[in-house]
Amino acid sequence: MPLVKQGRLTTDLFVHVADGVELPGDGAVLVTAERFLADPEALLRRAGKVGVIWPNNRNLDELVPYLDRLASVALVFPTFRDGRAYSQARLLRERYGYDGELRATGQILRDQFVFMTRAGFDAFEVKKDADADAFAQTMKRYSVFYQPTGDGRVTALNRRMQLRHSESAGQ
Amino acid sequence: MYAYDELDRTLINERVSEFRDQVKRRLSGELTEDEFKILRLQNGVYLQLHAYMFRVAIPYGTLSSKQLRRLAHVARRYDRGYGHFTTRQNIQFNWIKLAELPDALSDLAEVGIHAMQTSGNNMRNVTSDQWAGVAPGEIEDPRIWSELIRQHTTLHPEFSFLPRKFKIAITAAEHDRAAIKIHDIGLRLHKNADGETGFEVLVGGGLGRTPFIAKTIKPFVPGRDILSYIEAILRVYNQYGRRDNIYKARIKILVHELGIEKFAKEVEEEWKAMGDVGLTLDHAAIEEVRSRFSYPAYEKLPHMPDELKQAAHDPLFERWRKNSVSAHKVQGYSIVTLSLKPVGGPPGDATAEQMDAVADLADKYSFGEIRVGHEQNLALPHVAKRDLPLLFKALDRLGLATPNVNLVTDIIACPGLDYCSLANARSIPIAQELTRRFANHDTADLIGRLHINISGCINACGHHHVGHIGILGVEKNGEEFYQITIGGRADENAQLGTLIGPAVPYAEVADVIEDIVEAYLALRDRPEELFVDTVKRLGVEPIRERVYATR
Repeated sequence: MPLVKQGRLTTDLFVHVADGVELPGDGAVLVTAERFLADPEALLRRAGKVGVIWPNNRNLDELVPYLDRLASVALVFPTFRDGRAYSQARLLRERYGYDGELRATGQILRDQFVFMTRAGFDAFEVKKDADADAFAQTMKRYSVFYQPTGDGRVTALNRRMQLRHSESAGQ
Repeated sequence: MYAYDELDRTLINERVSEFRDQVKRRLSGELTEDEFKILRLQNGVYLQLHAYMFRVAIPYGTLSSKQLRRLAHVARRYDRGYGHFTTRQNIQFNWIKLAELPDALSDLAEVGIHAMQTSGNNMRNVTSDQWAGVAPGEIEDPRIWSELIRQHTTLHPEFSFLPRKFKIAITAAEHDRAAIKIHDIGLRLHKNADGETGFEVLVGGGLGRTPFIAKTIKPFVPGRDILSYIEAILRVYNQYGRRDNIYKARIKILVHELGIEKFAKEVEEEWKAMGDVGLTLDHAAIEEVRSRFSYPAYEKLPHMPDELKQAAHDPLFERWRKNSVSAHKVQGYSIVTLSLKPVGGPPGDATAEQMDAVADLADKYSFGEIRVGHEQNLALPHVAKRDLPLLFKALDRLGLATPNVNLVTDIIACPGLDYCSLANARSIPIAQELTRRFANHDTADLIGRLHINISGCINACGHHHVGHIGILGVEKNGEEFYQITIGGRADENAQLGTLIGPAVPYAEVADVIEDIVEAYLALRDRPEELFVDTVKRLGVEPIRERVYATR
């Protein structure tokens, strides 16, 4: 599955390791929340980066204490209709200050890229090659944004106020 | 009117080009029908019984004449020459071809009209009082807030894939014309003891198969905090609303299951935890949006012009004036409701010719402005009283002066089995038959205010639960049957109706309604007592007895 990271198609350095499967000695791994929480310290001590796949119905409070030591948090879209992970993403970025990789996994289509980026995602496990190829193009689709989110894009309201301010300053 | 600026126009055009790409990918097979379904629904496109149906937003019910002409153009160019105004300030076109949809959207975008979030599990078109800005005694124009919320909810990056659809309605008048108590969030603008403007926030109203009247979650949220408070409600709902069963996914079910106190506590905690996230609306921000609304340059006109005195001798004019003309906040002006409920016609439909003609009349008599109400009628909001006689003649010629506003034939009805793939039974022919039964305007006047609402299935698009008389189509052994409720209402005293008796077959519905109305006429204690008040005073039983005694 193609991975888009920081706007580019990239080789995925992380290996998804299913529960019950032995962890590789080193190298980056993504493990389930259950596996991670069973012994977080042991996992965080191992050589190689650790990321956690966090279900969209699990409270983030359990994850928050480890955020600064995680290399990736993968949030799940079981179908693209299910938008719970958008809230989780914004909370991780905007409330808990998480600044590591925030990955979207599951049914990811190009039609979600803008929403996801605005919610704080910076890595995307994209279902279809054509969508992954279209990432840069798709991100250019919108230039106007009404809501303030943690992504720092200036909202339409703020742009209008700035314009008004500069107009009145010029008089 | 709200004037879209370059930013609003850009965003609408960007959305059109995104949708064009989505249609192209569907037509080429790159998107499966399952994937495309969600994407088309985000932009108001349903697959109905015969064709695609296209629902276009009329935010808070305000249209310019230019916009209405463009809707007429879409009806003519891409549809079969008419459109259907809905109960949520939208217009629907029933015969659109998928391949032509992007062009239709593009034509609409040129005049600042879009179909964003008119269906799908997102925040729907924000609705308000169709008399906003002109109703006497209003706190302030609720469209300023409607527009702020419209912008905030448009393509929201966190809340575009909610458990289920989410509807917000706003009123600023004492009498609620926006039906806020049957919305997911209802906002009632008022002033607190310090004279500060804010909102009573209600949550968890909705009809469908499990109807609820909204409950107050917070009696006063200052205007500057309304976006962050709405965001807190949405965040709690997005995370905890049920996704296992679409019939239990609306926020009303979450509020009901948690209880309003517990739900309010969750929201309050989230709201406090949010801190300052750039959503506070300071004075300058509110004024920025306010400044984009333009108001007519009203003239100083007499309360009772000569034209009106002379026309008072014409009984047809007088009947229409008494029924369809309402008080305006400015002396010498009136609000005129245009009935889209002609005898024998489908409720809420307008032809392209009618739309064009109304746009012309709006230019001539109403500063180019038209309103759309949830009762599926139109209004001209700024008509000088001296122009009423001429306007009446013009409307009468167009078939838009039926003097039945708020009367028994001013029926709200969904499209029903004639169009809709969800319906169990027909709605429109029932409405048409009832308008014929009560076609005599003297009889309708005698009956007084009476709202009949008809839904063709349990999804309740025709708001049957809150009709003074509600009619719900169901299917029994392959036949159309109708359950009838009485005593419902959608205003500030919103209430769900009570079932009056066993369901009746299609052919008997109009008879039963006639019997209900006769029972009311016999039981009311004076002519001024409205149907819904008689039901409230006596309960359902005395009416049931009279109606079902011989059945």
